[in-house]
Amino acid sequence: MSDAPVVQFARVSKTFGDFKAVNGVSFDIQRGEFFSILGPSGCGKTTTLRLLAGFEEPDEDGGEVRLLGEVVNTRRPYERQIGMVFQSYALFPHLTVARNVSFGLEQRKTPRPDIAERVHRALEMVRLAPDTFSRRLPAQLSGGQRQRVALARALVLNPAILLLDEPLGAVDLKVRKEMQLELKALNKTLGTTFVYVTHDQEEALTMSDRIAVMDNGLVAQLGTPAEIYENPRTAFVASFIGESNFFAGRAAGRSAGQLELTLSGGETVRVPDSPALHPGQQVRIAVRPEWMDVCRPGEVPPGENALPGEIREVIYLGETLHVMVALRDGNEVTVALRNEGQLIKPLPWKRGDSAAVAWLPEDCQVLEDA
Amino acid sequence: MPLLRERVLGWLHRRPEAQAWSLLGPGIGFLVVFFLIPLLIMFAYSVMPRGEYGGVERGFTLEAYQRFFVPIYLTILIRTFVVAIICTVICLALGYPVAYAVARSGRWKNLLLFLVVLPFWTSFLVRTFAMIFLMRDTGLINTWLLKLGFIREPLTILYTPFSVMAGLVYGFLPFMILPIYASLEKLDNSLLEAAEVLGARPAARFRQVTLPLSLPGVVAGCLLVFIPALGSFLTSDLLGGAKQLMIGNLVQNQFASARNWPFGSAASFILMALVLAAVLVYLRIRDDAPEGAR
Repeated sequence: MSDAPVVQFARVSKTFGDFKAVNGVSFDIQRGEFFSILGPSGCGKTTTLRLLAGFEEPDEDGGEVRLLGEVVNTRRPYERQIGMVFQSYALFPHLTVARNVSFGLEQRKTPRPDIAERVHRALEMVRLAPDTFSRRLPAQLSGGQRQRVALARALVLNPAILLLDEPLGAVDLKVRKEMQLELKALNKTLGTTFVYVTHDQEEALTMSDRIAVMDNGLVAQLGTPAEIYENPRTAFVASFIGESNFFAGRAAGRSAGQLELTLSGGETVRVPDSPALHPGQQVRIAVRPEWMDVCRPGEVPPGENALPGEIREVIYLGETLHVMVALRDGNEVTVALRNEGQLIKPLPWKRGDSAAVAWLPEDCQVLEDA
Repeated sequence: MPLLRERVLGWLHRRPEAQAWSLLGPGIGFLVVFFLIPLLIMFAYSVMPRGEYGGVERGFTLEAYQRFFVPIYLTILIRTFVVAIICTVICLALGYPVAYAVARSGRWKNLLLFLVVLPFWTSFLVRTFAMIFLMRDTGLINTWLLKLGFIREPLTILYTPFSVMAGLVYGFLPFMILPIYASLEKLDNSLLEAAEVLGARPAARFRQVTLPLSLPGVVAGCLLVFIPALGSFLTSDLLGGAKQLMIGNLVQNQFASARNWPFGSAASFILMALVLAAVLVYLRIRDDAPEGAR
């Protein structure tokens, strides 16, 4: 039992009118996992969370939602062992912080002394001094403090699963960074399964054990942050998480475990081979800007792919230097150079310079959608 | 002209208090002329001796106030309060569910709101006469009940406490529905979802979230029904057949037929003092209520 997934989505679909918000989504979430659902607005991530919470029911013949091994398709939210933190906090404005946190305990007819004790502990857990904050009303709190109250209110019930719907969307950057690390720490110390919905890729990468990237009501890719960042399977994933340069070409020949690709401009680049690829096929590849380098023409290290072009723009970003290179076929490529001190003074490139972008064949990702 | 306009605006801009007065001024001026001054005149009348053919004479006397505190007038006063309270309670009981339904009716909302305010398109007097046609012995209700065989004799509906109450509730119901609707409409649905996840069943959600958060609307609605109900005279006059005198009828009679202006004025002021006291007590109770009821 303890090894069974806490959450199972088995081909779950949800339709609103003509709109398929969630279209046959399947995934498992393990006990104690920090699981993020990441995607742009309208991708179905919130609907997925609401199906999990019980605010929405799957379509008839729309698959199964299982919580702790049981099918819960039609069960009301209060019949599931879940806690939820809302995007708008959803604190009860007429109740004090303490009464907000005790709300769930009161519904469960918890004895009074227990309630006081557990509220106290929950507030301490989210680092709100109970003596200072217990008697305040939500209107007297800052955004970050409200978020903490919302978290305490959900966690005080020791839910098996905590659902978080873009909870950090409305707090400022500094508080957000702080809360991200705290949430991750809470997840590990409590052992509670966290399901986190966000449109912010950085947030998902920071906190998650695994990420499900959603697009158009489907899971586009599911994996650890490193898997998703380094091996994006589709162009959508490659551009939504981090930045990518895309190249399209036709598979030509194989040599030494590598596939040769003839790009639309006529140049040849080599990419990692895979059995799924065969000569003549249209192939699309993605290369991360920071995995590329800009070289003087004729100084490309042997074995690297290189495409000649002209420097279009040099953007100084502090940590990195973004060099935009216009290729001969008109495409523009962004290369991110790390600011390593000496490299930057003086700026090594200026607009109009002839240059070549170069990258190792193993540093590019062959996409599944051509 | 544009120069003058700019100079005026510039002058106002530098003086925020002048800006505030220029906004408040017209309204306050109107109220002073058409409300405060008449009120003071009435107060003066209430402490002057009665004129023989109506009006007042010079002098000062508290006779009119003393005269009020006899059983017959106190009975009218108590009856007025009882009627107004019952009317408010019935309006609340009927109005809250309607306001709730309208607030959750999605795309039908505007149509339903339109229906709520539709009665205001005709005058209250006309609508009260319409109720007479409905409730009299040969009226619509009795005709149908007779036709359908539920009764053999026409029921006496008109000129009873029932008909007065029906008229009052009918007249004041929108004033209960609209403020309650306004506060329910603002209620954030995610609060109810949060309560549901926390384990609150529908009844608990209503009692602990919806109701407390709609209380400002309930208070406003109750005041908007209770106060005019206390002062109403038309309904009890037309639908009560002047059998169920309310304070409003008493005041009206003193001015219109009995020609005792001081007494009419004094009765008005006594009612006004009581309304003020009642409202203050009511608001006080609300402010002292534990959090959760505000």
